[in-house]
Amino acid sequence: MTSHGYEPLLQVRNLVKRFPVKRGLFFDRTVDWVEAVQDVSFDIERGETLGLVGESGSGKTTTGYCVLQILRPTSGSIRFDGQELTELDGESLRRLRRRMQLVFQDPYSSLDPRMTVGDIVGEPLVVHRVGSRQERRRRVRELLDVVGFDPSYTNRYPHEFSGGQRQRIGIARALALSPDLIVCDEPVSALDVSIQAQIINLLKDLQQEFGLTYLFIAHDLAVVRSISDRIAVMHHGRLVEIGEAEQVYSSPREKYTQALLTAVPIPDPRKMRERREERRRLQSALAER
Amino acid sequence: MSEPLLSVRDLKTQFFTREGVVHAVDGVSFDVQKGRTLGIVGESGCGKSVTALSIMGLIPKPPARIVEGEVIFGDRDLTKLSERQLEDVRGKEIAMIFQDSMTSLNPTLTIGTQLTETLRRHFDLSKKAARVRAIELLEEVGLPKAANRLEDYPHRFSGGMRQRVMIAIAISCDPALLIADEPTTALDVTVQAQVLDLLEEMRETHDMSMILITHDMGVVAEAAHDVLVMYAGQIVEQAPVLSLFDRPEHPYTEALMGALPQLEDPGVRHRRLTAIPGRPPDLVHPPETCRFAPRCKYAGADACTARMPELREIRPGHFVRSEHPASERAATREKVAT
Repeated sequence: MTSHGYEPLLQVRNLVKRFPVKRGLFFDRTVDWVEAVQDVSFDIERGETLGLVGESGSGKTTTGYCVLQILRPTSGSIRFDGQELTELDGESLRRLRRRMQLVFQDPYSSLDPRMTVGDIVGEPLVVHRVGSRQERRRRVRELLDVVGFDPSYTNRYPHEFSGGQRQRIGIARALALSPDLIVCDEPVSALDVSIQAQIINLLKDLQQEFGLTYLFIAHDLAVVRSISDRIAVMHHGRLVEIGEAEQVYSSPREKYTQALLTAVPIPDPRKMRERREERRRLQSALAER
Repeated sequence: MSEPLLSVRDLKTQFFTREGVVHAVDGVSFDVQKGRTLGIVGESGCGKSVTALSIMGLIPKPPARIVEGEVIFGDRDLTKLSERQLEDVRGKEIAMIFQDSMTSLNPTLTIGTQLTETLRRHFDLSKKAARVRAIELLEEVGLPKAANRLEDYPHRFSGGMRQRVMIAIAISCDPALLIADEPTTALDVTVQAQVLDLLEEMRETHDMSMILITHDMGVVAEAAHDVLVMYAGQIVEQAPVLSLFDRPEHPYTEALMGALPQLEDPGVRHRRLTAIPGRPPDLVHPPETCRFAPRCKYAGADACTARMPELREIRPGHFVRSEHPASERAATREKVAT
């Protein structure tokens, strides 16, 4: 890999993803296109967390899937560690994919209920033919230990564990191939507050320990702030604002970001009253545009 | 204080399952005052929804049963009413809206049919009059071009709009009490804000009381006058909203607030959140002692592991079920310091 001087780990340029709208019973005709992601560009530095926020349908998950090439972009460029992913396929893409992993939202449906915890965490190692059986077994225990999951439970099944524990299993699996980049798609939104804090802390610790880079996708703006260095805000498929977390949260430039921030209910009944006024003002301002 | 609208006394709802008896709601008592919103907050499995369903007589029987307690509404105990009598109360006097508007609206009926059905069940209205009233209601909840949308099916509406339709159905019979169970949880934040505003507006104009069930401390802070914090089937803290947020007393309430990432906290990126270790207890065999003790950083080999703390009034209107409420810990610290 040739890395001449400086290059961010991930570089997304003018990303576009369109989905066809189909009609017809026997012969699907494409009657229209939905542009889920329109001209999105951003960088993520090594060891950094970029928080990607937006409401449902804003295109944030589609963007994340395009980065991982789970969905192939319609156009645009995605460079990972200096390599253009959109031009790769087959074995060369597979090799790079080891270095990019995904943590899912729903720890209930994302783990195969018929596989044991050990098999789930070890599967990426088998797929990519890493190590011998014994080495793999050792690695699985090591990974579970790292995420705070008791390694003596490797022969149990996912349904025996709570949401927080399952999310730990999902994270251990994502770590199995020692990736550089992890795309976290709403990793804590299905969890209770007290458990959510445990998982956020874990993700922060792992980042420190392994120098991980995160693309952290979530709709909860407070959660995103707690883990992100920079924030990107999406709305109707476009990136409307991107900047240092401090700046975006304390002095957002875009009206939409302001409206989003003031709509979040905060656990402070005194402040809520002021915020309510501000929120109504912004919402009517946005509605008029 | 005047007569409460609804009074729940020592409610115990249990689920009789193969694994044993689940003590889902275990001795809950509270009042709902006229014209006020009571927020019930807690994490999954704490019993907040089962409390609401018990009030409405909507718990699945079997496996669930109200084994003890009263739900006094007006001069009746709702737990003693027959299914037929309850039907007259539901919708007419106490209405309920749920989290998931897609499953609580019938997908095979137009929203016009669903609205007029409720109206005609409780009032002697002609088809035409019911239709006129339905349009008025939809306009009241802010549905644009209401008259044109009566023939539409629920899937044609966005989540926020469906929740508005649910609210229109709920207020159609002018109930005295509206129970909203996580009404905004499935919605985007900007839509959530609008729906909370609408609920508050409806509560005022229709002179209703409201029980708002949520897991979100922010929603409680925004919308409730009084708050119950539930943990493992019990009320652990009960207070007016300002008192609760200014001076939370129960270690669980404090921990919950500490675990919440703060939107307006610049340093949060470089700090660990204060997670609550462990998990809530198994409600098949709930401990006889303080149920939060195993996760509580103040619990020791003292009263809290010897018996169940009572829910006691620590200052006027503020109740807590703990041997170590914050203000008493502060007082002890002062005593030690001097």
